[in-house]
Amino acid sequence: MRDLIRRYGAPLAGVFVVLTAFWLLVLVILPYLYLFENSFRPYLPVVDIGGPKDVYSLNNYLTFFESPIHIYVFFVTIIYSSVVTALCFAIAYPLAYYLSKVATSAVVPTLFLLLLIPLWVSEILRSFAWFIILALKGPLNYGLMGLGIIDQPVRWMSGFRSIIIGLVYTYVLFMLFPVYNAVQSLDTNQIEAAEDLGSPWWRTHWRVILPHAKPGIASGAVTVFMLSAGSILVPTLLASTTSRWFTEIIQQWMFESQDWNTGSAYAFLLMLICTVFVTLVMRVFRVRLSDIAK
Amino acid sequence: MSAAIELANVCADFGSFRAVDHVNVTIKAGEFFSFLGPSGCGKTTILRMVSGFIDPSEGEITIGGQNMRGIRPNKRPTALIFQNLALFPLMPVWENISFGLEVRGVDKQTRRAKAEELLRLVDLPGSADKSIAQLSGGQKQRVAIARALAVEPKVMLLDEPLSALDLKLRQHMRAELRAIQKRTNVTFIYITHDQGEALAMSDRVGVMSHGKLQQVATPQEIYNRPANGFVASFVGENNIFTGQIETRNGTTATFRTGCGTFRALLGPGVTDTTPSKLYVRPEQARLVDAPPAGANNIPVEVADVAFEGNFINIQVRNGDGRALVIEARNDGSTAVPPPGSRFNMVFAPEQALILADEAAPAQGRAA
Repeated sequence: MRDLIRRYGAPLAGVFVVLTAFWLLVLVILPYLYLFENSFRPYLPVVDIGGPKDVYSLNNYLTFFESPIHIYVFFVTIIYSSVVTALCFAIAYPLAYYLSKVATSAVVPTLFLLLLIPLWVSEILRSFAWFIILALKGPLNYGLMGLGIIDQPVRWMSGFRSIIIGLVYTYVLFMLFPVYNAVQSLDTNQIEAAEDLGSPWWRTHWRVILPHAKPGIASGAVTVFMLSAGSILVPTLLASTTSRWFTEIIQQWMFESQDWNTGSAYAFLLMLICTVFVTLVMRVFRVRLSDIAK
Repeated sequence: MSAAIELANVCADFGSFRAVDHVNVTIKAGEFFSFLGPSGCGKTTILRMVSGFIDPSEGEITIGGQNMRGIRPNKRPTALIFQNLALFPLMPVWENISFGLEVRGVDKQTRRAKAEELLRLVDLPGSADKSIAQLSGGQKQRVAIARALAVEPKVMLLDEPLSALDLKLRQHMRAELRAIQKRTNVTFIYITHDQGEALAMSDRVGVMSHGKLQQVATPQEIYNRPANGFVASFVGENNIFTGQIETRNGTTATFRTGCGTFRALLGPGVTDTTPSKLYVRPEQARLVDAPPAGANNIPVEVADVAFEGNFINIQVRNGDGRALVIEARNDGSTAVPPPGSRFNMVFAPEQALILADEAAPAQGRAA
């Protein structure tokens, strides 16, 4: 704080502090508290709000546990979000390794630009683009058939396929950048030392590069997982007849049933269980929160 | 176990820049060989070619009689100690040391035993379970040596491994490295820009400049009989006089300079037309009141005196203000000349060398 004042002067430092506090308090904490409080109150006609029926209970939360279909959708969301996370890692890790340790410094900026350009297009347009690409008579099937890889068009928009493709496409960069930073920070001499000691490439990755990149991978994985589980746009636009995402249920409670109370309860359950899940996975992979913050 | 290394006409090009230029040298099995040169002279490139990270653009490298072209570092009988050591910070000491054995499928118990044995060899017993971050600079050094020795290399390559240590430790590790080399009898190739290190540790030294090997010889020869002007001025101090040869007489010649005409030994390959200079080491010059007749002599005035303990460093100037240096051993009764006093600087003809200038570096790729 004293540092901040010395560097920017009291007025500017004050502006920073007030803005940060405003963002945190008014835009993050207060809305959450409001929803949290609401999630314990019953959904009532306006006249009854504040009346004798307006008492705190866990009924909204119990609604979830009493509806098997919601529980099912919830777990499906968690599982497919994990699949999306794993796929993002499988794509991002080799790419991150290539960008940080193989590509020459002359081409890296160009490659990054190419990776970033899609981010400039809004998510909704990108999802619609995938909707077109993945259509039964869309360019992807046309291309694959033209190349002779398939002879029957694939129904991409069935099950969770299209959602997974869309989510991977949307969030892969959130995996790429932390993993890139982590691999980048590894001293190249360590990779060479491993090779010099006789290590084949896969063992060098397993014993030297991956352990070093673990915090970056964890950070990317948490981000991608949380964003996927909480995504609403992609699962709605690229949905098939059989796919449902938990966020869609929350949306239904809030906007179709106008029941913000139960919707809030569902939203908090999603947040809570995702946090627990992430914590457990971190425990399994022996990653500490402080590693991620690095 | 050790192996001889032969570099035959080895060149390394990076784009149009020739980092290593036709290097020919045979390093004997069990030898401690140093490449000495300023930064950018190509010595690290040679090391990377021997270890296999880059292939020579031209020429061949053979280790133990086997041509190494196309053989990856993980298949070569070499072990490299990096300048920054490149220890694996996430593994404990013993796993670092036994990594090369782990790669070769050795079971954990044997690996652990081997690591403990090597830790004793490098004088670091009981550190097997420490983390790398817990070690001091000198200890990390030892772990790096142990890690390299674990794979029982025939050739050990060291890339300025002592440069990060403080002076005391560096001197201690010199002796240590030398002792380890003698004990294991592995061929050591040592890269350094520190002439003291190269002279003190090596059986032979190869002095490099601009990608070319300037001289390969024992430390004594390098210092006493430098092959050319670059070696003379890079290794040790010199008073350097520009001028030209006046008359030749067998192995000696007279050399005319701005400070006078002197008799001196002709260096290798010096002809009347080779650009050359005269080199006189400070410890080979003396200050006397009256020069003996016919001696190489420059009348000088003492400008500054630095008393260093075991020797005295005397800065002098001749009549034209040209600065020269004389180093006198202190035997306990050596007089320290006061600044301003006038003397004659004399040096014996057999201790003054006329040496050819270093050949101009190749511009771009050689034809």
